[in-house]
Amino acid sequence: MDVIFEKTIGLTDIPTHYCPGCTHGVIHRLVAEAMVELGVLDDAIGVAPVGCSVLAYKYFNCDMHEAAHGRAPAVATGIKRVHPDNFVFTYQGDGDLASIGTAEVVHAAHRGEKISTIFVNNAIYGMTGGQMAPTTLIGQKATTAPYGRMEELAGKPIRIAEMIATIDGAVFVERVAVNTPANIRKAKRAIKECFKAQIEGKGFGLVEVLSTCPTNWGYTPEDALKWLEKNMIPYYPLGNFKKPKEVE
Amino acid sequence: MAKVLMKGNEAIGAAAIKAGCRYFFGYPITPQNELPEYMSRELPNVGGMFVQAESEIAAINMVYGAAGSGARVMTSSSSPGIALKQEGISYIAGSELPCVIVDMMRGGPGLGGIQPSQTDYFLATRGGGNGDYRLLVLAPSNVQELADLVMDGFDLADEYRNPVMILGDGMIGQMMEPVEFKNREGKTIQKKDWATTGTKGKRKPNIINSLYLDAEELERHNEKLQEKYNRIREKEVRVESSNLEDADLVISAYGTTARIVKTAISKLEKEGYKIGLIRPITLFPYPYDEFDKIEDTCKGVLTVEMNSGQMLDDVKLALKGRMPAYFYGRTGGMIPTPEEIVKKVKEILGGDK
Repeated sequence: MDVIFEKTIGLTDIPTHYCPGCTHGVIHRLVAEAMVELGVLDDAIGVAPVGCSVLAYKYFNCDMHEAAHGRAPAVATGIKRVHPDNFVFTYQGDGDLASIGTAEVVHAAHRGEKISTIFVNNAIYGMTGGQMAPTTLIGQKATTAPYGRMEELAGKPIRIAEMIATIDGAVFVERVAVNTPANIRKAKRAIKECFKAQIEGKGFGLVEVLSTCPTNWGYTPEDALKWLEKNMIPYYPLGNFKKPKEVE
Repeated sequence: MAKVLMKGNEAIGAAAIKAGCRYFFGYPITPQNELPEYMSRELPNVGGMFVQAESEIAAINMVYGAAGSGARVMTSSSSPGIALKQEGISYIAGSELPCVIVDMMRGGPGLGGIQPSQTDYFLATRGGGNGDYRLLVLAPSNVQELADLVMDGFDLADEYRNPVMILGDGMIGQMMEPVEFKNREGKTIQKKDWATTGTKGKRKPNIINSLYLDAEELERHNEKLQEKYNRIREKEVRVESSNLEDADLVISAYGTTARIVKTAISKLEKEGYKIGLIRPITLFPYPYDEFDKIEDTCKGVLTVEMNSGQMLDDVKLALKGRMPAYFYGRTGGMIPTPEEIVKKVKEILGGDK
C-alpha cells in the first residue's frame, strides 16, 4: 500500500502539551511541513515565545532558542545577523507579540529583518489561564475582563497584520485561519509564501493565524471553531495584506 | 605594538575587535556613546555587524540570539540602560551563553545624572536580574587595564559560558590615555558545538533555553551553575594590593576611585602614615581572602566608593568582624578628592602624625 500521508520530519516525536481542540498542533504541522517542502529544515533556527507555545522548542525538529516574553524578533535578529544564510523564524502568540512584544516585532519589521514570524492569535492569554489579551474581542469574557472586554476600559482589539503591513520593511503579511480544511490549506500556502520571501532575501514576513482556545473560551473544540468563524473573522478579516511584487 | 592615545570607550571597541568580537547590539545612552559609535564605524571594516536596537531590552535579546548562535558578541550601556537589560542578562546567564556587557556607570536612582558613579555594584555583583546567577565582573582602573580586561573578558566568557560585565564609570570611558593592545597570537576561539547553526541534517537540534518546568531538573541546573560559580571563585580572583603587613589603616577601592585613593595614600605616606591598599580587579569573584593578609594591629579598613556604601558589604564579609569597617563615599556624580580621603583617614587615625 502506498503511503499517502505521514507525520512531517519537521516535528519531533515528543507528544505536545496542548489542550484537546487547540489548533497550535495544526499550525506547528503547517510550519514544519512548509520548512521541509522548501528544503530549509536543516538550516532552520527557530525562536519560541513565552505563552502556550513556550515548549515549541521541543516540537520543531531544528535548532531552537527559547526567548523571553515578546522578545523573539530581537533574538531572531541576533541569530539572523550572525547566520544570514540560515532560515530563521519566530513562533509567537498574541500576548507575546501583540502586547509585551510590540516594540520588538514592529522594529524587526521596520529594519526589514529577513526573518519570518508566525503570529498565533487566539484572542486570549491561554497559558496563564484565560486573561484578557490586546486581541480579546469587545464583550468577550476573560478572567481579567469578567464583565466582558469594554472599549472604554481596554480599547478595541489590536489588528496586528494591518499594522505590520504599513511598515516598508515588511514584505509579506497575511492573515489566515485554521478553522476549516479549506482555510488550513490556505494557511499553509501563506506560510510557504512568507518563508519564500525570507529565502529569497526580500525582507520581513508575518502570517497571523487565527486560532482557537476551547479551554479558556469555555467551548467544545467544535464550538470553538464555530466561535472563531462567527466572531473573530468578521473583526480580523482574512486575506493577504502585502506580498513581494512578482518579477515580470 | 606601539602605544596609542585613546578614549576609554573607544579602547573598549578596539580591544573587543582584536579579541574577535564581530557583533555589537546597542542603544544610545550617555556616557558610553563613543563605544557604539566606534563599533558602527569599525565593525563593517572587519566583516562584522553593528545593529542599533530599538531599546536596551531588544539589544540584550539580540545579544542572546547572537551568543546562542556562537558569535563573540558585545553590548554596552550605562546604569538606567543596564537596569533595562537585566531580563536578557538573566536569560543569557540561565542559558549559559558567553558575551561581554559594558556598564559605564552614572549616578542614580531613576534617571539620575550623567556624571560618573559606582552605584551599580550591587546590581553587577549580585546577579541583577531574577534568579540565582552571577556575572564575572571586571573593574578596570585605567584605560590600559580596561583594554586588557575587555580582551580577557571574551576569553573568560567563552571558557565559563557565562556573561562577563566590564564595570566602569563615566570617567574611565571619557578619559584619554596611552594604551597598548596585547598580542593575541596563539589565542584560539573555542569551538562551540552547542550553538545554533542549523543541524545540516547531521546532528540533533541544539536548543538554547533557560526553562526547566520540572523542579528537580531546575534544581540540578542551578546546582550546576553554582558549581561553575565556585570554580570561578577558586580560579579567577584578581586583586592588586600593597603594604598590608604593617598598615595603620587599609583603604579598599576599585575602578577609577582606586586611582584617587592611590594619590591620597602617597600624600599620607609623605606625612608618615602607613596605609595599605586592596584594589579588587574582579568584583565577582570578590577577593575576600586578600583581607586575611591584614595584620590584627591594623586599625581598620576604609572603603571608598562613588556610592553610599555597596562594596562596603563585601569588605565587611571579608573582615569577619576582625576590625572596624569605615566608609567614605560621594554620590550623584561627585568625585571624591584625595584631600577628602586624607581628611577621612586622619579622622579615623586621630589627627596629624
